[in-house]
Amino acid sequence: MREFAYETPDSVDAAIALLAEHDGDARIIAGGTNLVDLMKLDVERPALLVDVSGLALDEIAETDDGGVRIGAMVRNSDLAAHPLIRRRYPAVTQAIVAGASGQLRNMATVGGNLLQRTRCVYFTDATKPCNKRMPGTGCPARDGEHRNLAILGASDACIATNPSDFAVPLAAFDAVVHTRGDYGDRDIPLAEFYRAPDDEPHRETTLPAGAVITGISLPSSELAARSTYRKVRERASYAFAIGSIAAAVDVRDGVVHDVRIALGAVAPMPWRARAAEQALVRRPATADSFRAAADAELDAARPLRDNAYKVPLVRNLIARTLATLSEVDA
Amino acid sequence: MTATAPLATGAVGSDVRRIEGLDKVSGRARYAAEFPLAELAYGAVVQSTIVRGSIADIDIDAVLAMPGVVGVLTHDNAPRLHEVDDATLLVLQDDRVHYRGQVVALVVADSIEAARAAADALDVTYEAEPHDVAFAPEVEPDPGEVDEALAAAPVTIDATYTTPAEHNNPMEPHATTAQWSDDRLTVYDSNQGATPVKRTLAALFGVEPNTVRVLAEHVGGGFGAKGTPRPNVVLAAMAARAFDRPVRLVFTRQQQFALVGYRTPTAQRVRLGADDSGRLLALDHVAHTQTSTLMDYDEMATAYSRVMYAAPTLRTEDEVTTLDVPTPRWMRAPGEAPGSFALESAMDELAEACGVDPIELRVRNDAEVRPGDGAAFSSRSLVECLREGAERFGWVGRDPRPGAVRDGRWLIGTGTASAMYGANASPTTASVTVGLDGRFTVRIAAADIGTGARTALTQVAADALGVPMDRVEVRIGDSDSGPAMIAGGSMGMASWSWAIVNVCRQLGPSPMPGESATASTRDIIRARREGPTVARHSFGAQFAEVGVDLDTGEVRVRQLLGVFGIGRVVNPRTVRSQLIGGMTMGLSMALLEEAYMDPRFGDYANHDLAGYHIATHADVPAIEVSWVDERDDDLGPLGAKGVGEIGIVGTAAAIANAVWHATGIRQRHLPIRPDRVLQG
Repeated sequence: MREFAYETPDSVDAAIALLAEHDGDARIIAGGTNLVDLMKLDVERPALLVDVSGLALDEIAETDDGGVRIGAMVRNSDLAAHPLIRRRYPAVTQAIVAGASGQLRNMATVGGNLLQRTRCVYFTDATKPCNKRMPGTGCPARDGEHRNLAILGASDACIATNPSDFAVPLAAFDAVVHTRGDYGDRDIPLAEFYRAPDDEPHRETTLPAGAVITGISLPSSELAARSTYRKVRERASYAFAIGSIAAAVDVRDGVVHDVRIALGAVAPMPWRARAAEQALVRRPATADSFRAAADAELDAARPLRDNAYKVPLVRNLIARTLATLSEVDA
Repeated sequence: MTATAPLATGAVGSDVRRIEGLDKVSGRARYAAEFPLAELAYGAVVQSTIVRGSIADIDIDAVLAMPGVVGVLTHDNAPRLHEVDDATLLVLQDDRVHYRGQVVALVVADSIEAARAAADALDVTYEAEPHDVAFAPEVEPDPGEVDEALAAAPVTIDATYTTPAEHNNPMEPHATTAQWSDDRLTVYDSNQGATPVKRTLAALFGVEPNTVRVLAEHVGGGFGAKGTPRPNVVLAAMAARAFDRPVRLVFTRQQQFALVGYRTPTAQRVRLGADDSGRLLALDHVAHTQTSTLMDYDEMATAYSRVMYAAPTLRTEDEVTTLDVPTPRWMRAPGEAPGSFALESAMDELAEACGVDPIELRVRNDAEVRPGDGAAFSSRSLVECLREGAERFGWVGRDPRPGAVRDGRWLIGTGTASAMYGANASPTTASVTVGLDGRFTVRIAAADIGTGARTALTQVAADALGVPMDRVEVRIGDSDSGPAMIAGGSMGMASWSWAIVNVCRQLGPSPMPGESATASTRDIIRARREGPTVARHSFGAQFAEVGVDLDTGEVRVRQLLGVFGIGRVVNPRTVRSQLIGGMTMGLSMALLEEAYMDPRFGDYANHDLAGYHIATHADVPAIEVSWVDERDDDLGPLGAKGVGEIGIVGTAAAIANAVWHATGIRQRHLPIRPDRVLQG
């Protein structure tokens, strides 16, 4: 870990001003549950930490359209326990509680969760090449330890996965990210928030340089109230997913009327399974349809030597979860 | 030979809480990196980023200019060390790099922050050479007599089992605070035994052993990795001498993965030949393991097969491949842990092939004498453990067919395996003093690495002295107490208690204040080595129930039971805790633990606890342990066998056998990961 300066601005605008002054050498810190680790590992070397945890961005409030707005500084534990979230977006609560540990969830914030970095072992080892950490140095994961890396949406330059559980139901239910920068306030739909890695895997989001996340909103959704999150992991607790799903399905008269599916641990971003959704709408809610929908999504899968198991895992996970939600025999 | 002598009844055998428990949970107990010394400086190591080659240049000037930096030790300026057997300790002596992660420099600074910042900034350039770190043996047994016996057997099993590199991860990392004063060296060091640390430091620095004092009052675990000194204690002592001030060095979790040892990966082929009733006719066990270019370490994974089952034709063979890797060392039940996975899995396959119940198969093959050398057992309760375990676990009436039981999304299976670990004692010195207040102080360089040894030894001393426990204080972890066995090889308790009982008896029936005695068991233990070879082992039986989700490949253990024959139990509370700990580590070995060697970079890529998974509480189900009545007069005056290791032996096989029973798919490669279950 290297020496760094530390500031506690008293407003979002003051934080933005500090970021601007330091032009790329400053990092926002809130819970610090990921950033501090990366600093210890010499992966992150900020000259300045801008601590925003004291800013009053910690409200959870119902919006006029019946959705919910969540401040960027809301702690993961508080969010998971909130009655509005538990009632209207159970998959969000389930995803948060499935992640990390009690101590980490008490520290980690909503904004920080969206910006957490991949746990790819080459990214976290500063002595090795990594296109994400040091653009242009190459991707050793492709021929190395990639058992838990991406099968969807990756590129030649990077096969890292986004590790967030929380972001998976956000993707399923069309969350919007609220940001503020020198441009003022801007909303970015979650679907546009994460960038595909292409040949620039170090650019992970569309959050403009020097901007901060002030909160997120989840729109009103009848489906979300019947949503679920299922996380598959090698270890029963305190482990990142090897595959996860946030889903909800509305079946009327045995036919899929509406469905939401997002996948975790399979792509560089929380993966909205739109191909699977499209394959299901107006189809009979049967085990065969669910498997066919999963296959439609997995057509695009590009598994590597050691992560090919994720294809059957995700297929089974989609089919099993939808069958359980719609009370159909798998 | 020493007969078992009666001890005062009372303390030994009772359930006693850890004496230092309150100190530990309240933070009063001091560990090696917690001793405050005036003028203390902090070390941080720099590790090689090449696998093999030499150091071309280390640019220390830029780092010396950084704030708080006291100095940098490299092979150019470090104090010269004298040769010792363990070449991994000859740190900073030349420009050669033998493995990735080797220490190439030690930065010392006024604060840990300054030391680490400087270590991160130090620029080292290398001349790299081609390396070989790939452990991928083809396990081909050499032809021999065993082939004929196998060819003649009506039923045969021939299977290859692998276990990955596994890393000891004690909660307390390797840590030392070292101080030289008036040419005397004192180290507060996290170790499993002060004696080898003291001897090795004296040899390395070329000083009289009695000028070195090693203190390890409290130790936060070791699992074998602290059984002998590691580079931390040498580097700290070196820096304290070079910079003439006390130096503290704590390895980070990441550094531990290269610097303190790990269990070698193994590839093992087991061939069994049996008659139709499952009686073994031939057993062949070949194991391949790895070692480093610095040290010949032999895991001896097949040793397990030389003790367990009566096979008229028995052959074992261990092959070690030398690679450019960090040196593998002891990890809880070295040899037996991986060896039992192979043999006990193969026995389950044999039970299936013969249509014999797995418990009955093991009972049928119980050995009267040690199969490897014909030695008589001092005690052997394998059959009792299997029978009692079967009873407690509800084994009777089990449907042997795989895949027969389901609970929701889970396929349920049960499995069993035997367990065994050596039991022995090693020469140890102890002393006792009667205080003016009539209280007794026992001094012995034993180590309590979290096992409860301090408490158990206090029980032993109290009984030997015939006084209540509160009149006895046992001081451990100080090399000035004389040589002692380490907390290792499951030999600590037998070795230390023997010495304590002997010295307490020397005091006589009514000792006076001020009286004292010192005694060693060296002569007794050496004398019995002259006699016929005795096979001294603990045995046990492991049982597991698992759930397997075939959609996702997840395996969760639902229940574990271990029943053991371990001689006299000194403290049921701490013994239970050791056995549960061992079984938990066995569960972890079965399902999770695995270090991934990246052949291009030459290191274990997942070198932290985020990437290297150890069982969490949520993974650990109700674990039950018990022990059978067992008397062993050959293990010193107490007849106690060690319990630190046997809990991990056989656990992984019992779980793998249960996964087979749940799914019908054999899992011959550890850990049993979801991808292996899905692709099985």
